[in-house]
Amino acid sequence: MLDFLYQPWPWYVAGPIIGLTVPILLIMGGKMFGVSANLRHVCASCNFGNVEFFNYDWKTAGKWNLTFLVGSVLGGFLAGYVFANPEPIQLASSTIAELQAMGIQDFDGLVPDDLFAWEVLGSGTGLIVLVLGGFLVGFGARYAGGCTSGHAISGLSDLQLASLLAVIGFFIGGLIMTWFIYPIILS
Amino acid sequence: MKFSEYLKYLLIGTGFGFVLVKSEVVSWFRIQEMFRFDSFHMYGIIGFAIIVGIISVQIIKRRNMKDTHGNPITIPPKDASQVTRYIVGGSIFGLGWALLGACPGPMFALLGSGLTIMLVPIAAALAGTYTYGILRDKLPH
Repeated sequence: MLDFLYQPWPWYVAGPIIGLTVPILLIMGGKMFGVSANLRHVCASCNFGNVEFFNYDWKTAGKWNLTFLVGSVLGGFLAGYVFANPEPIQLASSTIAELQAMGIQDFDGLVPDDLFAWEVLGSGTGLIVLVLGGFLVGFGARYAGGCTSGHAISGLSDLQLASLLAVIGFFIGGLIMTWFIYPIILS
Repeated sequence: MKFSEYLKYLLIGTGFGFVLVKSEVVSWFRIQEMFRFDSFHMYGIIGFAIIVGIISVQIIKRRNMKDTHGNPITIPPKDASQVTRYIVGGSIFGLGWALLGACPGPMFALLGSGLTIMLVPIAAALAGTYTYGILRDKLPH
């Protein structure tokens, strides 16, 4: 049993559990699963510029979701710290080779130290990945009206055409970044 | 909201964060691998999640199920006529997703795993969200 907690979980175990988040939240309180709405709730909680988009009762709308988010941090602590997998991720060898060719050296953890460390924040690459990357995720999620959870999981579970369009967008952007822009950033 | 309600959502969130890390969905490497089409892993997870989601939402709708408070479960439809919003906004999100290797859920799960550096992209994501709020009326939807 303990082994199962330390080991990585295969897709056919993780996928259904993530999918079940949708009906569980619906049945618990009629809530739609979507993480990025929390970013809006936080902005609404300190809307000093009085921007109209953030003028709503974030407490009523978002308390449940912000609580869910705190839980996600806790879950990350349990799975990534307490029961951390000591082994490197079993990546495709072609991915490892290509990332190495782009200058990534650390393959030990969930993310490469080459990009995710306070020491690299001062470098141009660190700023682009962590600051610009985060900014685009936050901006794009609200522009598109949802992120991977709200559109790809929740929206597609409800067979919403809008979510299919958004997911197509996710992949257009992701493929452009991976194949055309990232090689330039890391060079 | 009662304390037991908070506890419910906290536990569901904890389970979600736990699976995100155990399945390595939070990994920058897995996202790079996915967009390179080098592995089935991420597609298997997202695909299986959607299948389970579709089946359960259909059951909820067809049986007119109620939530635990006794209220009917309704899912508000999204306006699919706003094509620009979904394609352009989605593409901007995708650029960030591949660059950072994490979407909003994983950002927070990674923070919990001990990566304090994730505070930087989280702050940047909040700045991005706020910027959208400011520019919203000027953007095509």
